[in-house]
Amino acid sequence: MKFAVLQFPASNCDQDCVHAVRVLGHSSRLLWHKETSLGDADAVIIPGGFSYGDYLRTGAIARFSPVMQAVQKFADAGGLVLGVCNGFQILCEAGMLPGALVRNRDLQFHCEQVFLKTNHFDTPFTGTIPRDKILKIPIAHGEGCYFADDATLEQLKAGNRILWQYCDADGNITDTANPNGSLLNIAGICNERRNVAGLMPHPDRASESILGSNDGTWVFESVIAALEEKPAARAA
Amino acid sequence: MKAKIIVTPKKAVVDPQGKTVQNALEHMGYRGIKAVHVGKYLEVELDGGDRETLRKSLDEACHKFLSNPVIEDYKLEIAD
Repeated sequence: MKFAVLQFPASNCDQDCVHAVRVLGHSSRLLWHKETSLGDADAVIIPGGFSYGDYLRTGAIARFSPVMQAVQKFADAGGLVLGVCNGFQILCEAGMLPGALVRNRDLQFHCEQVFLKTNHFDTPFTGTIPRDKILKIPIAHGEGCYFADDATLEQLKAGNRILWQYCDADGNITDTANPNGSLLNIAGICNERRNVAGLMPHPDRASESILGSNDGTWVFESVIAALEEKPAARAA
Repeated sequence: MKAKIIVTPKKAVVDPQGKTVQNALEHMGYRGIKAVHVGKYLEVELDGGDRETLRKSLDEACHKFLSNPVIEDYKLEIAD
């Protein structure tokens, strides 16, 4: 499979994403923010970083870049789009995912391993994750506190769209296990159509056991499996 | 002419910065403070033109880009 990994000024996890896909035997192409076409990409990864210096708000400027217009079209046609960390923030700013990510409740930048409970397995981003597996994946963000109004949270719950929640090592969703104050311990969500997902933790930084965990590979493997199973998921 | 735009967090959004500043003010001995909200101020210098047209286009910019309606409110003022 061919992944398109976007590159904005101050993206800094683009190569991590390329590597995470490479260790699974697949290739990617880095795509500069001024590009207007995704070429023959099968799926898009919007990587972590501080696009445009996080000026104004995280992701606020990146969403208007030429490449994001192409990503929007790709997603509208059913293409798979995964946003990690800053990529999640960009997808929220772009309105491709609901809600927003605001300052961590303790105002600190958190760079640490967290545990994640996967709630739903009927998406291209979670399909191959073992059902009882608690993922150990690192976070690295200052603005990862997920916020949405009550009506949106209800929609997310009712639509089975809260894909990942922060939990403890045993899978209990507690306030202590919540690193940033996210509502409902939300770490990652998907859109209604289930072809666009975003999460604050970095599966790309958990792609080999030498990094402390290879649990992140489940996320990329899920995407690859979904594409192999249903090539139609690929946008026209 | 310039536009003055004040962006503040919505009341429903947790504002840890505001809370921290409030705590510091109280710690310094300032009394009677109910709440502090930390936002941002943007000043946009304008070339001139019809005031109402400018207001309309800047209002759109505030809604689409300069603020995020999910988490922020804004006030727009056109001043001479």
